[in-house]
Amino acid sequence: MALIETRGLRRVYDLDGGRVVALDHVDLDVAQGDFVAVMGPSGSGKSTFMNLIGCLDRPTEGHYRLADTAVEKLDADGLAALRNRQIGFVFQQFNLLPRVDAIGNVELPMVYAGVDRRARHERALSALERVGLAGRAHHRPMQLSGGQQQRVAIARALVNRPSLLLADEPTGALDSRTAEEILALFQELNREGVTIVLVTHDADVGRHARRLIRFRDGRVIEDIRQQPLEARREEALT
Amino acid sequence: MRLIEAIRSALSAIMANALRSLLTMLGIVIGVAAVIAMVAIGSGARNLVDRQIRSLGANLAIITPGNVTQGGARLGAGAASSLTDDDAQAIKNEIDGVIAAAPFVQGGTQVVAGGNNWATRIYGIDNDWFEAREWDVAVGRNFDPEEIRRGDIVVILGQTVARNLFGEDDPIDQTVRVRNVPFRVIGVMAPKGQSAFGQDQDDVIFVPLDAGRRRVIGRNYAKDGSVGSIFVKFAREEEIEPGIELITRLLQQRHRIVGDQEDDFSIRNLTEIANTASASANTLSMLLAAVAAVSLLVGGIGIMNIMLVSVTERTREIGLRLAVGARPRDILSQFLIEATTLSTIGGILGIALGATVAYFVAQLAGWPSLISSEAIAVAVGFSALVGIFFGFYPAQRAAKLDPIEALRRE
Ligand SMILES: Nc1ncnc2c1ncn2[C@@H]1O[C@H](COP(=O)(O)OP(=O)(O)OP(=O)(O)O)[C@@H](O)[C@H]1O
Ligand SMILES: [Mg+2]
Repeated sequence: MALIETRGLRRVYDLDGGRVVALDHVDLDVAQGDFVAVMGPSGSGKSTFMNLIGCLDRPTEGHYRLADTAVEKLDADGLAALRNRQIGFVFQQFNLLPRVDAIGNVELPMVYAGVDRRARHERALSALERVGLAGRAHHRPMQLSGGQQQRVAIARALVNRPSLLLADEPTGALDSRTAEEILALFQELNREGVTIVLVTHDADVGRHARRLIRFRDGRVIEDIRQQPLEARREEALT
Repeated sequence: MRLIEAIRSALSAIMANALRSLLTMLGIVIGVAAVIAMVAIGSGARNLVDRQIRSLGANLAIITPGNVTQGGARLGAGAASSLTDDDAQAIKNEIDGVIAAAPFVQGGTQVVAGGNNWATRIYGIDNDWFEAREWDVAVGRNFDPEEIRRGDIVVILGQTVARNLFGEDDPIDQTVRVRNVPFRVIGVMAPKGQSAFGQDQDDVIFVPLDAGRRRVIGRNYAKDGSVGSIFVKFAREEEIEPGIELITRLLQQRHRIVGDQEDDFSIRNLTEIANTASASANTLSMLLAAVAAVSLLVGGIGIMNIMLVSVTERTREIGLRLAVGARPRDILSQFLIEATTLSTIGGILGIALGATVAYFVAQLAGWPSLISSEAIAVAVGFSALVGIFFGFYPAQRAAKLDPIEALRRE
């Protein structure tokens, strides 16, 4: 059974100047444990798609099931619960709370999950450890590099052990070396069983994924199941 | 547990904009300060009135010779008085509701006992005095009616005089000399403390009316049985005003004052005097209440304004919180708690300011400054309510934000 199932997903923006069809009739299934790269030109609807499957936005039409839950039937609280437990979102702009230190940022999803202070602290610390930032727990975002900030954001996305990790151009604001590190982190997480959907403009990044979906004008124009780069490398070596 | 955390994070949000927060609180600070000062001044004035009544005696009127309305031309001390023992007796016998009519004379004098010498006030009184003033002896005994009738040379000392003349010794049956007349001490009054006007009421001695008139104070009093003043005590407060009317008519009749002749006496309702003080305190309280209401309203609107600004500024934060699983009600309560924390801190600062103001007003007016814990509780509660009320709209706006739009906002 697929983790993500969309049927006829459509998102239309009503603007003064007319209607923008940002997403048109998207039927997609994403299996549990998959690593999907989403590519496509600017304005093709990638972010719109991510926001819909991340339960941040509601489709104009169509159906979306996440982990067998019919998302369109949920109210605001139901969506919040889903975002809180099932989904981890990583943004291009990190979106950390500036006044709160790294560990406080990582704790945030657990605050809304009702985890008590002690457990929260422990879990946040181990999530920071997981992304290699245990030593920076009490730094504020301002005191961290871009790559470090994105690691904190990833730790925050992971801390409630979601089944789905969504990342909309997570390396877009980072230099290529740091981007590599972040990507490696995603791959590691994927190997541990986290389903990942990642938007990128970088073809190299795309090649790291097991599956590549290409959007154009709000539609899926390409859907390739590919061997991830590492597997290909390993094959080449043997 | 969750609430404490929420308050802590609200505090850090408030501290992040400390100056702005402080300015926002100003309205609440002033409003609460006004409430606190109002309550303190109100109860201070009430306390003053109580004390005045307690020190003078309740439901008391005083009849003095001369007419105070007559351009202040009151009779000088020692001049023959128009009031007499018989006037007092007639008032007591003929006016309903009068439970004591105490004629008295008074003057200043030196009291000597052994080697000790003390300047004090001396009152010549009869037994009605103690009832009128609601004051009694603590040690020894009161004058008996025979001593009053005969004008015996016996004396009852006030606490201060007793202490200064005899120290720790028992003054009963000792002799004190007043104008070289040896008075035997028969009692010591219970302590009364300071009057509402700060005088030591225990610095006094009492002698029978006739003894005072004949031997100590202006001897001309004795000839016609005239007295300095008369205290009249009524059983109930509502009897005072009609009683004064009746006494006026009775004395006019007795003094043969007819037509448009001026009265040769005047009567003052002492309860009235106390009430005047409390009335002006009431006026002040009303003024403060108005200041409080306006300030709290303005303060509340200030909080609403700053919370709206804050919601706008922190739209991205709200979007992020929603994205990681905050429910609308979590956002609502976060901003409500922030507004409430802001207004409550304002309230606490206001209590400090109000207490200071009340203290200085009390110093000026000469009454005790009373800051009740109830007033503080009410003020804190009220400022919290202002925060909740005026914080609700901004908080609701925050809670209604769409996560993706909030995240996209700059
Ligand atoms: N809030 C909005 N209001 C109106 N139109 C919007 C809104 N968000 C997106 N769109 C439009 O929807 C289309 C898809 O936008 P989307 O952000 O999904 O593109 P994208 O593939 O993520 O592009 P990019 O690679 O530049 O991030 C675009 O034409 C965009 O103008
Ligand atoms: Mg995009």
